[in-house]
Amino acid sequence: MIDFPLARLQPQEAAVYAALGLKSGSRPSSRSSALLQRALELFKTCSEPLGLCEAIVSDEFADVFSGQGRNAQDTPLKKIFPRADSLHLFAFTMGARISEEIKRLFASDDFALGSVLDAVASLAADQAGRVAEEWIERQGAMQKNGALPRAFLYSPGYCGWHISAQEKLFARLRPEKIGITLNESFLMSPLKSISGVLVTAPAVIHQFSEVYPFCAHCKSPACRERGMARSA
Amino acid sequence: MKILKQIAQCLESGDDAGVPPLVRQALTEGIVPKTILDDGLIAGMNTVGEKFRVHEIFLPDVLLAAKAMYAGMDVLKPLLLSAGVSSRGRVVIGSVQGDLHDIGKNLVGIMLKGAGFEVIDLGNDVTAEKFVAAAKNNDACVIGMSALLTTTMPVMKEVVDLLKKESLSGTIKTIIGGAPVSQNYAGEIGADAYGYDCAQAVAGVKKLAAAVQ
Repeated sequence: MIDFPLARLQPQEAAVYAALGLKSGSRPSSRSSALLQRALELFKTCSEPLGLCEAIVSDEFADVFSGQGRNAQDTPLKKIFPRADSLHLFAFTMGARISEEIKRLFASDDFALGSVLDAVASLAADQAGRVAEEWIERQGAMQKNGALPRAFLYSPGYCGWHISAQEKLFARLRPEKIGITLNESFLMSPLKSISGVLVTAPAVIHQFSEVYPFCAHCKSPACRERGMARSA
Repeated sequence: MKILKQIAQCLESGDDAGVPPLVRQALTEGIVPKTILDDGLIAGMNTVGEKFRVHEIFLPDVLLAAKAMYAGMDVLKPLLLSAGVSSRGRVVIGSVQGDLHDIGKNLVGIMLKGAGFEVIDLGNDVTAEKFVAAAKNNDACVIGMSALLTTTMPVMKEVVDLLKKESLSGTIKTIIGGAPVSQNYAGEIGADAYGYDCAQAVAGVKKLAAAVQ
């Protein structure tokens, strides 16, 4: 099991402001700052972070990856995972309480606080992916060809990996054990949850320059940047 | 009138405790509820919306202002109802079938109420049939749909097609939004408008409602 200390998951204030649309270089109003402080307090009291991780061999992952056969014809992950040093299925949730608190805030017209807490929780869930990546790297993933191995999380629903692959990922990993369930659209509940495969490989494997058809519709093209940023 | 300007300014600063006493004061001064609504609360929200559009303020400021608007509306609503004052129109909103993400849709609903619309929020996981039935039953002029996943986007087209099939596309307009959605997709499926963010969604609904009414 991976430990997810809240202090590691709590996002930086600047990141929350950016997620809420504050332009770089602008200063938030004093009311907005006060709101963020309240949201961070709620984050500490309502978060119940839990994660699950399990090694999987390449051949078996190929089956999970293929899912219901609805992936894009060509995807980055399809080329990356066969060259990995190791693969781990992964699921994480911030817990049900924080989602319920966000709902409660909206229902009681405290939507300003609700939306800030929502942003904090979303960023924390993303950060959990990075915590897991670092944890896997620390577990002493094998060095290959002398290159420094890096673990990156790839998730169904992104980069041509169809979200319906969640079904096989859940059948194998059983994230129900930590309270995550799937609906018929393959969405996770609680909402502030993430899943996917941690691919450990020399950094260069994660880099790609191809532009895939689905890239044209992508509004958060961070996949290339992260490969470059952590390649050193 | 000075008091209306004060209401608008108080709302713009997101002071939800300050707005109701000012609204009551305006009523004591003999200003009719509809004028307080239009020239005080909605005027304030319009300024907030414009500042948000040009990035002068950001989302939490808008939502604090909307909360102040709601506080003012709590005072005015019974008076507006008894005076028979109608809203700018009814808008049905929801996250499409299969989608559980509703924060974006909620924010649009809050902003629409702030702009004087009556909002019928169907929540999330809403089928095409439910959207159309709610719009018909509530005499709504616009259906607003949100999707966060490419896999749930086709439900938006189902709504557009169902409206066409029932010959309602002239009286009930559609607007779509959400992370994977774009202006191109709106054009592709025949939706009447696309909202990139909640400010653009409100501007779009205003145009659509004006076109229908």
